[in-house]
Amino acid sequence: MENHGSLKAYTIGFIFSIILTVIPLMLVLNHVFAKNILLAGILGMAVLQFFIQLFFFMHIKDGEKPRYNVMALILGIVFVITIVAGSIWIMTFNSQVQ
Amino acid sequence: MAYATAHHEEHHHEHDEGIKVMGFWLFLVTDCILFGALFATYAVLVNHTAGGLTGKEFFEVPGFVSETFILLTSSFTSGLAVLSMHKEKIKPLIGWLIVTLLLGMCFVGLEIHEFQTMVHEGATISTSAFFTAFYTLVSTHGLHVSVGIIWMISITIQLKRYGITSVTKRKVTIISLYWHFLDAVWIFLYTVVYLMGVM
Repeated sequence: MENHGSLKAYTIGFIFSIILTVIPLMLVLNHVFAKNILLAGILGMAVLQFFIQLFFFMHIKDGEKPRYNVMALILGIVFVITIVAGSIWIMTFNSQVQ
Repeated sequence: MAYATAHHEEHHHEHDEGIKVMGFWLFLVTDCILFGALFATYAVLVNHTAGGLTGKEFFEVPGFVSETFILLTSSFTSGLAVLSMHKEKIKPLIGWLIVTLLLGMCFVGLEIHEFQTMVHEGATISTSAFFTAFYTLVSTHGLHVSVGIIWMISITIQLKRYGITSVTKRKVTIISLYWHFLDAVWIFLYTVVYLMGVM
């Protein structure tokens, strides 16, 4: 039978997401680390929180096998990373082209 | 025999609902790509402020932090609605949906207020490429939330009218997926636009 999650799972997910919201805020407001480390840190926490939404709230592991929703999502994320990272990378050549 | 046919139809029906949820996952993936394109635009244009104002002068920490907490909480309450639904409890289901959509309205209200303040202080969508990218990205998310609110109201009405059936179950499942997805997108807005903006 499918598993629809439990109150416990939702509460844990909620608490985690609050913690992962407060920590980067504190780090940024108090200028704790050097800029590059800080950027990597808060981006990492955002990605972690994205996975918490997927696993604790959206129950991505549920549903019938084969899990086409997971495959589609992975393809989508590959596209998004390509679009975002590719755009940033290609625009660093801006000064050479002008 | 009649029982067997009815049973077969019921099974078939549930399979149909499953396919519709799967279709909604595909929509979410396309929405992911839409937001990816807007994030890429923002990342490329973030320093193109036409020598003028940056986000740092306009982003207010209490404002965007409360928006974040409101949206996180609404994601949790929409999860509680789904839990009540699987326990076949219609009253808490409708109650949690109403709490969720009220939180959503607070979020949209705060965002509109934020935009109004910024425009009033002289940062409009045509001020610089940075603000064009900012308003496009953030308001696309806000528009999604607004559509979600209208959608959720209509599902609440349907629940009142028809109760918990396999069709209304699928609709609640889908709106809660949509709502969690919007929360996931907001996390990146919070980090990339606001936190990096005030850094």
